[in-house]
This record gives sequence, C-alpha cells and structure tokens, in this order.
Amino acid sequence: MQLYELTIHELHAKLKTGEVSSVEATRSILDRIDAVEDKVHAFITITPEEAMQNAAAADKRIAAGEMDILTGIPVALKDIFLTSGIRTTSASRILGNFIPPYDATVVAKLRERGIVLIGKLNQDEFAMGSSTESSYFGVTRNPWNADHIPGGSSGGSAACIAARQATTTLGTDTGGSIRQPAAHCGCVGLKPTYGRVSRYGVIAYASSLDQVGPITRDVTDCAIMLGAIAGHDPKDSTSVELPVPDYTQTLANGVKGLRIGLPREYFIEGLDPEVKKAMDEAIATYKGLGAEFVEISLPHTDYAVATYYLIATAEASSNLARYDGVRFGYRNSDAKGLLDMYMLSRDEGFGAEVKRRIMIGTYALSSGYYDAYYLKAQKVRTLIMEDFTRAFGKVDLILTPVTPTPAFRIGEKTSDPLQMYLSDIFTIPVNLAGTCGMSIPAGFSSEGLPIGLQLIGSPFGEETLLRAAYAFEQNTLWHKRKAKI
Amino acid sequence: MKITRKEVDHVARLARLELTEAEKEIYTGQMDSILAYVDKLNELDTEGVLPTSHAVPMENAFREDEAVSSIGTDNALLNAPDRSDSFFRVPQVIE
Repeated sequence: MQLYELTIHELHAKLKTGEVSSVEATRSILDRIDAVEDKVHAFITITPEEAMQNAAAADKRIAAGEMDILTGIPVALKDIFLTSGIRTTSASRILGNFIPPYDATVVAKLRERGIVLIGKLNQDEFAMGSSTESSYFGVTRNPWNADHIPGGSSGGSAACIAARQATTTLGTDTGGSIRQPAAHCGCVGLKPTYGRVSRYGVIAYASSLDQVGPITRDVTDCAIMLGAIAGHDPKDSTSVELPVPDYTQTLANGVKGLRIGLPREYFIEGLDPEVKKAMDEAIATYKGLGAEFVEISLPHTDYAVATYYLIATAEASSNLARYDGVRFGYRNSDAKGLLDMYMLSRDEGFGAEVKRRIMIGTYALSSGYYDAYYLKAQKVRTLIMEDFTRAFGKVDLILTPVTPTPAFRIGEKTSDPLQMYLSDIFTIPVNLAGTCGMSIPAGFSSEGLPIGLQLIGSPFGEETLLRAAYAFEQNTLWHKRKAKI
Repeated sequence: MKITRKEVDHVARLARLELTEAEKEIYTGQMDSILAYVDKLNELDTEGVLPTSHAVPMENAFREDEAVSSIGTDNALLNAPDRSDSFFRVPQVIE
C-alpha cells in the first residue's frame, strides 16, 4: 500500500508511531499528483513548496508530542475557500489573479491543527454547475472513466479523492455540489445542516443555501473532518451556537431500531434501473442490520428544482454584484467611464453559466416580477421545508438515490441548461430545507461508474447520519474499490 | 414567450453586463424555457403561506462592540486593479 492511498485515520496511526513522517506522506501525494494530474485535472493551483514547509512543521510538532488527528495530513481544498497568500479563483476569470489577504475560518481551523495544504481544486465557476465543465480553468475528468464528468460543482474535490491525489478535501454544497460529485466519483460526501459550519471566507454563491463539508475516502474520515470544521464562528452570524460532538465516538453504534423513510417521490420512473437496483440492495443491507423501513411522502419534491433556480439565482445576482472591477478582480482597462468599466469587466470576467444565472436572478428580483417569481419561490420553499419536518416526525433518516443516473458524459448537457439543472433533483430539496445529507458509495453501473446512496438527516442530526453511513460501509465493500488510473 | 429580447436588454443593463448580440440571442431562448419551467410553481396555492428566507430559526446575532485589528490598508489594496496612494483608482465618474 502506497502512502498516498491511506485514509486520514490510517495515515495518522503511522505518523503517530513514527513509522512514516509527514514529509514522506506529502512527497508520496505530490508524486501521485505528478503521475495522474494530466489525466484528471483536479487542481487549479498546486502548492508543493507550501506543502513541504507545512509537512516539515508538522513533523516537528509530532516530534514535540503536540499531535492532533489532522497533524501532518495532506489536504486539498476547493478553490472557493480563501487561503491567505495563495491564489483563490472560484474557477472564474474575474478572480484569476486574486490573492486573499486572510484565511476562511474553516481553513484557519485546519491550519491550527497542522494540516499540509497540497493545493486548490477545480470546480464549476462560482460553484454554479453540476459537472465542473463551467470552470474557466478547464474541465476535470472522472477518474473512473475520463469521458465522463466528475460531477459538480465540487468536481475537483471528488476527483482528487478518487484519484488519490490528497488524503482528504473540503467542498461546498448549495444544491448538491458535495453529494453529487461524491456519488459520481465513489467518495463519501457530507453536506452539514445550514449553520453547522462557518461560511466566513467562503466565496458566496447563494448565501441561504451554501454550506461547507468534507469529501473523503471513508465515513470515519468524514466524521473526523466534520468535527474539525463545525462550530459557531463570531464572523458568520448564521453559524449556530450548538456544541460540536466528537462524531467518531458514535460511529459504531449501529442502526438497529432506526426508522428509515423511503420517499415515494424519489423512486420514480426516470430512475436508472442500475441506480434502482443499488438502492434495493442497500435497503436489504440495512434491513439485515436491524433498521426498519417506512414509506413516506415528500409531496412538494417536484417543485424543488424550480424553487431552487429562482432563490439561488436571485441570491447569486446580489452576491456577485461585488465583482465590479474596482477593489479586486478583473478590470477591463480600456473602458471609458465607470459604468462602461462595470459592464465590460463583468461581461469579460464571468463565464456563460454565471452570466445566465445572474440574468435569471436579476429578472426574478426586478420590479414587477419579484412577487411572481422570488416571493413565490420563498413560499414554496416553506412547503418543501414542512414536507421534511413532517417526515422527521415519523422517521430518523431518509434514504434516496443521490442522482437519477450515474455520471453523464462530458459535453452531454452543456447546451441545455435546464437538463443540467434537473440532474440535481434529489439533492436540491435538502438545501432548501436547510438540513443535512450525505452521499456514500453504494455500487457501480455495468460501465463501471460509481453509484451513490443519499442519507438525509434531521436538522443537526449529523451523528445519526454518520452512524448509519458507517454501518453500511462496514457491511459493504464498495468503498474499497479503486479507480484504475 | 415568457421573455422578450427587449426585456433581456433591460435585465442585462440592470445586472451591469455588456452582453454581446450573440449572448443576448442565446439567453433570450434559454431564459424563456427556464421561466416556462419555473411557472410550474403556480400550480401550488401559496395563499397564507409565509415565505422562508432562512432555513434555521434565528434571532439577531449581537456581540460586544469591541475594537479588533483589521487587515490594514496595504492588504486591502493588494488586489486593486488600479490604485493611487491609499485609494482605489477608477475611471472618470462625472463627465
């Protein structure tokens, strides 16, 4: 077993006994990146010098007996997290040269614990997309099959884990951007409850929906990472003041007696037969472990995509107003006056999908249309939230597919934005409801593409989510399979 | 048609996007089909339903009014496309 293949907890055990150093582990990861990055293109920026310095510092810390579970662990981050002194682009031309003067709170938390920063990962531009095809820095390929998308928007994070180019990663999820790429690349991905993790220093897309979470090799790593990043932050007033449990402590508590809901609206005709089969097998596995299944209804599911594409685009059009060529980011320097400078800088700085969403959002918020579109969507959001509240009165967890099909082909949906939007049908409702959801490996298609299983928990129910995910993982072998790259 | 080419011109202006003719053409068609799709929300009766702007119940987040250090002028100007002394420089505003 190569060092780059190890999980956080496996590598930690070797660092702790002194069997390997962080410098050796980091070197192994950097060599792996050299070997496979041409085929994957998971990174926007690789930081080998920073990484080797971090690793040397971690080794000193370990020698001094000041070790933490994350000390010396090679981590790569979606390029949406501000990293002090390291270029951060959100995969946009408009931030192509942006060097943040400070760290995002989650980055500062990881740095305090002595991680090794390997680099910044590709994504859809401003996290707007489901395939990582809208990045200004080129497409990322799925390590399981290079003709297919890795998912998005955190496609670089998921591909990087599948190709073993970092020990662990963070992504963000606004409508499925952690869970969908994790499913498409055979990783574990968790979108925490809104407010569980600070968004300070995370480049905003849709502020009422955005949430930070881990994409990892296994469920134990996911629990470790969530524990490291969760908690209240005075710099994000939407982060919640609830204690952060040690999520690793309850992983092995099992699912006996747990009530799991199967929403009939998610098991629909358009569901790929191989995805359906994987869900049936997963249900059988859970039944064998003592979980009970209950059919439930989330009646407003069919309205979630429409609701999302009004709320998210409206919030995006407002958030992205800050890119005006004045204080940071790209400026068209030939512009004649101020208005001209705004309009040309924004047209040239943003890509097609971002402009499309700014246009839809601006329209939905504009005079005469606000009530018909934006306010209407906010009201339907209430109905979708109430669906989940009612469901969690009856069940502890909800089980669904992550996506209707395995990863589609590169280029397959780029010309039809609506078809691209509809691929997020099973993940979007969780963001609208503000609750937590998780993707875990649950099988493979006949073509060899990963299939993901989604578990949805009640608000701040991450412990139950992780416990159920762990039980499944311990009784299946899907997470052991490796992409041949 | 849910949206006309003229409305796309207007929205682009509001959004401060100097779209090309080709972009406007494409966005008119795409926005039209997206807006036709989101129209399905009108199938639902939302009379008396309160809008949700935030998923987690929250009250005002107050903190003590204590001075803390900021990133400083040089850091704030680090990414400026154009600067002059401790200011951001922009093209002429008043003609």
